Amino acid sequence: MSDYISHDHEGDGIDRRGFLQCMAWAGTGLLWTVSGGVLASKTLVQIAKAGEPLPATDLSFLQISDSHIGFSKEANKDVTETFKIALDRINAMPTPPSFLIHTGDISQLSKPEEFDTFDEALKSCRTKDVFYVPGEHDVLDGSGKLYRERYLKSVEGKGSGWYSFNKNGVHFIGLVNVLNLQAGGLGQLGDEQLEWLEADVKDLGTSTPIVVFAHIPLWAVYPQWGWGTSDSEQALGYLKRFGSVTVLNGHIHQVLQKVEGNVTFHTAMSTAFPQPAPGTAANPGPMKVPAEKLRSLLGLTSVQYHQGKSSLAVVDSNLG
Amino acid sequence: MITLTSENSRRALLCAISFLSLSVFALAGEMKDVDSVAAKKNTIEIKDFNFNPKTLTVKSGEKITWINHDEEPHTVVSVEKQFKKSPPLDTDQQFTITAGAPGTYSYFCSVHPKMTGTIVVEQP
Repeated sequence: MSDYISHDHEGDGIDRRGFLQCMAWAGTGLLWTVSGGVLASKTLVQIAKAGEPLPATDLSFLQISDSHIGFSKEANKDVTETFKIALDRINAMPTPPSFLIHTGDISQLSKPEEFDTFDEALKSCRTKDVFYVPGEHDVLDGSGKLYRERYLKSVEGKGSGWYSFNKNGVHFIGLVNVLNLQAGGLGQLGDEQLEWLEADVKDLGTSTPIVVFAHIPLWAVYPQWGWGTSDSEQALGYLKRFGSVTVLNGHIHQVLQKVEGNVTFHTAMSTAFPQPAPGTAANPGPMKVPAEKLRSLLGLTSVQYHQGKSSLAVVDSNLG
Repeated sequence: MITLTSENSRRALLCAISFLSLSVFALAGEMKDVDSVAAKKNTIEIKDFNFNPKTLTVKSGEKITWINHDEEPHTVVSVEKQFKKSPPLDTDQQFTITAGAPGTYSYFCSVHPKMTGTIVVEQP
């Protein structure tokens, strides 16, 4: 399979074929490395398979998303198993990541037993530090109380659960955009969270690398399907002065990336099931692929961002 | 019947209805798996992330039932909190309320807020 983009009409580093291949991804995570304040990504499969040592970096961490524990329909009848496969991949890495970020939808229906199953599976992971933000499936009770008690206690989340922390000179910001949603609208941060964000970054130097993570994309991926956040522009306005901002989201179960000035937007794949590319299906729900194909589709493609390049690279790497 | 001539009077009316409706808008609040509910009267089908029909007109006292045919969970939540919200409805689950006072009731899915619908309740 080609590792190159054959048709790049719009200069955005993605062609139709590459885009469609994004649709089939499931069951893996991305390793993010911070080197000189710029993030680049590789699929775990690439790293684990090649036994390739990690490049010398200041910090490495891993994003995992959309586990949907409790989902058992045709698109993947055993999401716990594929989540465990993702964990196995993490454990097989020559150098474990410093920590994980889970960008939401741990559960399918916010049930305690679903969270229990997730927590139990996660015990097998060598990397113990995990930072969370909720997805809409985690807060179906309307308040996210259960989620918050389980996953946001240690970070002392403000408001509905947002927080920030520093690691190796990088400032991480976990935002909540799945609560108090308004009829007809998209994901939403809300005034209180925006005010907090403005104050949170006010005293940081512009050279501080910023990583923002939230469940629903903080850019208008496809508003017709609710794939966006209504007040994300205001949030990003507070981050404009920084030299390196990376926005990590989940929710759409496929990798899409956009670079806008100093901001790189990236959505991660799911460990549970793929979802259709924007506008290519009747609805954005789980996309069925033949069962025997699901695992062979795991971790097939990575998206890499290199400093100095304005375009993104979509790389196919079939496990075979 | 009151004739609504402007958005303001409409809002005032909705407010008044909202005030009364929690007691008047009787709730069956049932959620159960679907057996055979083919073409049931006053049924709103949830499919492809849409409420269908988007606007349903019923008589006061009639039952209204939502059925989720998607593989995603959905909810039914009154915009003005005029009736109790549904629990998350998984595939093939349904939710029933009984229409109360005449008026217009907007609702949405709190999980996928792009999904909106309207219930118009008329005098029996």
